[in-house]
Amino acid sequence: MKYGVYMSGPIRLKPPLSDEDVEKLKIGDRVMISGVIYTGRDAAHKKLFDLLKEGKDLPIDIKGQIIYYVGPTPAKPGQIFGSAGPTTSYRMDAYSPSLIERGLKGMIGKGMRSDVVKEAMRKHKAVYFAATGGAGALLAKRVKKAEIVAYDDLGPEAIRRLEVEDLPVIVVNDVRGNDLYIEGEKKYRT
Amino acid sequence: MREISVKLITEKVRDLCIKANTDLGEDVLQAFDRAKGKEESPLGLEILKELKENARIAKEEDVPICQDTGFTIVFIELGQDVHLVGGDLNEAIQEGVRQGYRDGYLRKSICHPFTRANTGDNTPAIIHTEVIPGENVKITVAPKGGGSENMSRVVMLTPSDGVEGIKQFIVQRVRESGSNPCPPTIVGVGIGGTFEQAALLAKKSLLRSLGSKNPDPELDKLESGILNEINKLGIGPQGLGGRTTSLAVHILMMPCHIASFPLAVNIQCHAHRHKETII
Repeated sequence: MKYGVYMSGPIRLKPPLSDEDVEKLKIGDRVMISGVIYTGRDAAHKKLFDLLKEGKDLPIDIKGQIIYYVGPTPAKPGQIFGSAGPTTSYRMDAYSPSLIERGLKGMIGKGMRSDVVKEAMRKHKAVYFAATGGAGALLAKRVKKAEIVAYDDLGPEAIRRLEVEDLPVIVVNDVRGNDLYIEGEKKYRT
Repeated sequence: MREISVKLITEKVRDLCIKANTDLGEDVLQAFDRAKGKEESPLGLEILKELKENARIAKEEDVPICQDTGFTIVFIELGQDVHLVGGDLNEAIQEGVRQGYRDGYLRKSICHPFTRANTGDNTPAIIHTEVIPGENVKITVAPKGGGSENMSRVVMLTPSDGVEGIKQFIVQRVRESGSNPCPPTIVGVGIGGTFEQAALLAKKSLLRSLGSKNPDPELDKLESGILNEINKLGIGPQGLGGRTTSLAVHILMMPCHIASFPLAVNIQCHAHRHKETII
């Protein structure tokens, strides 16, 4: 399997994403995301999950959308968004399959996902991207607009609607069940 | 006897919290460069470039390197000829952390273990105080992120496990941590002492400048041997595959009990932040 070779430069994506959009992606692809994405981490995920369990509507329409697992630093005066690298994703694993089933097409975080999440991505056609953990200052500069759209009371964990430009991410899990964390390690182990 | 006001300590701690979180050390940037020379994975190289660019932006714009601005760990080396005046040293340090995290727009990441309610000002800081000869006070502030701290371990090995047992445990720990601690990492190792002392040695070993030699030739050799094994694992930058899983292994060692063989592995992410000052 070939990956990590990108002679043609990064792929550009703009949500909302269709099945066809995500089917084209394969592990190791570098992707630049522009347009609207949503933030959400531990507490917001639990709230969304509980609403779905009760059969209620979600505060945002997640169909075709991408959720970024991030808890930013407070923005300085004059800054659009504080430092904003990804948080570790496995803590969202219990909630992600229900969201994927409802049409979520992408997740951005860092670290390996569970088999259940990977299976949900395969079945319902969704992908998982890694952003560079710890590159908070660089990633913040790609956010052009940020507004809280749900759960204001959660502070850094509130759901925000972000307008991003060229947010750099890498495809880690594709719709065919491949995992770059496994394949990448295998390739370079000696 | 030299008098130092604790107000000065508060001021210094405040400034160090902000500086540590926004200004990555030159030794870390040089370690990224050395890694770039050896990395074979195109994605790994791309990530190493991003990390350098991120550090540049953080320093220039005075913003945090990483959104996890950490648990604030403060090391104090207090000269025994110093008389601290004007208040409580511990409280002065906590106040410095409070001010630093407020004024530096740093994320407050400390909470109640059960309710998870945030303390709101990143206190309490962890303070390690050591009394040393002289009339100076050395303050080191080292913010520590949660992701890499969660991958750290202390183990009480059996003396018969020997040096081989140490090597195996460390490499296995890095392997199992995978992408979680934000590689490329720095692996802090404490050997000997007691259960809690081994952990403190591991933490302190991280403060040594990257690229410097261990003053003990035997440990220096052990460090490069373990680093070599770690970088054969293939985990690579951010766990996406590559040669650079760790930038360095640092070891501190001290004698232990005849029945014991304590080992602590404290994993540090690439946002390897620490700043110090001497009053």
